[in-house]
Amino acid sequence: MSGSPRRVLVAKPGLDGHDRGAKIVARALRDAGYEVIYTGIRQKVGVIAELALQEDVDLVGLSVLSGAHLGLARQVLEALRDNGLEDVKLVIGGTIPASDCQALRDMGVDAVFPTGTSIDEVVAGVNGLWPGGRGVSPRYRRREPLGEENDVVSA
Amino acid sequence: MSEEKGAPPPVTTESGIPVEPLYSPASTTLDYGGIADPGTFPFTRGNFASGYRHKLWTFRQYSGFGTAAETNARYKYLLANGGTGLSVAADLPTQIGYDSDDPDVTEEVGRVGVALDTLADAEILFDGIPLDQVSTSWTINGTAAIMLAFYVAVGKKQGVSVERLRGTIQNDILKEYVARGTWIWPPEPSIRLIVDTIEFCAEHVPRYNAISVAGAHFRDAGCTAAQEMAFTLSDAVTYVDAVLERGRMSIDEFAPQVSFFFYTHNDFFEEIAKYRAGRRRWARLVKERWGAQNDSSCLFRTGCVAGGSTLQAPQAQNNIVRVAYQAMASVLGGVQSMFTAAWDEPFALPTEESTTLALRTQQILAHETGVGRTVDPLGGSWFVESLTDAMEERLVAIMADIDEHGGMVRAIEDGYVQGLIAEEAWTAQKAIESGERPIVGVNIFQTEEPPVDLQVYGMDDAGRQRQLDRLAEVKAWRNGDDVRRVLKDLQTAAEQPDVNLMPLLIEAVEAYATVGEITQALRDVWGEYRQPAVF
Repeated sequence: MSGSPRRVLVAKPGLDGHDRGAKIVARALRDAGYEVIYTGIRQKVGVIAELALQEDVDLVGLSVLSGAHLGLARQVLEALRDNGLEDVKLVIGGTIPASDCQALRDMGVDAVFPTGTSIDEVVAGVNGLWPGGRGVSPRYRRREPLGEENDVVSA
Repeated sequence: MSEEKGAPPPVTTESGIPVEPLYSPASTTLDYGGIADPGTFPFTRGNFASGYRHKLWTFRQYSGFGTAAETNARYKYLLANGGTGLSVAADLPTQIGYDSDDPDVTEEVGRVGVALDTLADAEILFDGIPLDQVSTSWTINGTAAIMLAFYVAVGKKQGVSVERLRGTIQNDILKEYVARGTWIWPPEPSIRLIVDTIEFCAEHVPRYNAISVAGAHFRDAGCTAAQEMAFTLSDAVTYVDAVLERGRMSIDEFAPQVSFFFYTHNDFFEEIAKYRAGRRRWARLVKERWGAQNDSSCLFRTGCVAGGSTLQAPQAQNNIVRVAYQAMASVLGGVQSMFTAAWDEPFALPTEESTTLALRTQQILAHETGVGRTVDPLGGSWFVESLTDAMEERLVAIMADIDEHGGMVRAIEDGYVQGLIAEEAWTAQKAIESGERPIVGVNIFQTEEPPVDLQVYGMDDAGRQRQLDRLAEVKAWRNGDDVRRVLKDLQTAAEQPDVNLMPLLIEAVEAYATVGEITQALRDVWGEYRQPAVF
């Protein structure tokens, strides 16, 4: 049986530029067999949803360290919905207080990885989002290359 | 009974420098006669002959949140408690050049620092604080030139002549392209603006450091101590070359206003060696590469932070101990100013209590331990001198590698530096998770404790509204024609690479143009940086 691996968009919304964690998670997921695209920092919510559509991803992973996770997660969920991407999973990591984790799940975030989560836990958590493990993406692949990597950043 | 074992892995510092079990006269080839005294080129043993005996380092606690009025109150508290310098933490919109009323940044106003939209905010920030009596450090880069303009303008309003102003703007954009990311414009015009500030300070604000070339952000992004120092020196080479290329100043006219900034992490002796080796390498660069005539141009004056990514959320009070050791390493390394992070930093904006404890950590070091009694107490230690030499060799090698990639700008634009740092961050993370790198409370000596709840500071709606109201008021009473004219002049000047923009920036802030308006005016001319996303 052949098929393409699941695709993940690791994204940094908001103005915070600390992306050590985002890059480590991107690499961990790539090593775990996912196809990973990293947006770079300071991405507008609309751009993230647009990339998710263009890149035909199965999962969007947000990294937020500024404390703005509740507002940003809500905006990304709405933007994904606006782009018809209800089936795309959304996970979020960063400096997220325990008291906000449930609020994020309640609004529709599939998993939350607060500071202190290990690489293995993140990979296991992501694998667990699909019944039967990460497996192969069932989604139709539209592969429209984005051009140069840095084109994902727009003013 | 001993068991047969393979050769044990070599013992190294965190940067990978081998460490022998014992250092003795027999194990070193050091030329002790060649180690110059403190205050003497190449300054391995320190910048000043008297070390800390007559002048302690500056205790500078990073602080700023919410509105200018709230931050002003915190500054007055710190000064009343023995703080000797201010450090401005600006919110992200201010750092990246967006106004508080920009709909894209609502979530971030006043969150990680103080919101400064116009000169009116800066006036409140320094209200009742005589600018001729404190020094003020700004951790700000993209909009650093605008903040310098604010400071000069506030000084004028207080009647303080510009040559009496003291402080530092970080103003180091290259590392922002690599880590933390508060870039705005592409490298070329950004470096030009830095050259403008360096020239302006050298000419008009002689006691102000026009730049603090910073390795701290590389370090927090995951690189080693050796990379932190080497990348930072390579950045500094880029800036100094740019000033000299413009041809208006000699190295001796501005080098004394170039300063540095680093993180001090846990590897005690390596951190000490990092500062000693960095000081020596810089002195040699200034003299040998650029031909400085004055030894004072060769001084590597540096601030540091104890804390950062070494601080841990589990058993968080252990961080008090980590910071104390890091602070001691910094002082034994000969730094000029220090920020000690509060123990609760991993999960909260520090409280008044934790901030005070962090300041007390420095005060105990300065006044109780006696480390400052003699200059460079570790000078001549077989181990420390060997490690300093080994560190300098690493610095030379890493800087040569960057040069081979066409210099720092090129190495950043093609993502090379970002890749090196991401690799180290990954290795460190794996070493921590495997237990290879022990961290107390995290992967050894863990205890069952309820998970610490992170506290996230958000400006309350009332605070954000006050900020928006003030901005609206300023926009209502200022002279809109003046603002438009000065922004137009600024754009015209920005198109000419040899014009110094500082006088126009001061004029713009004095007309109460906003940070966002000034930034956008320049963005219209210079465009915006596009980042390579390397992981």
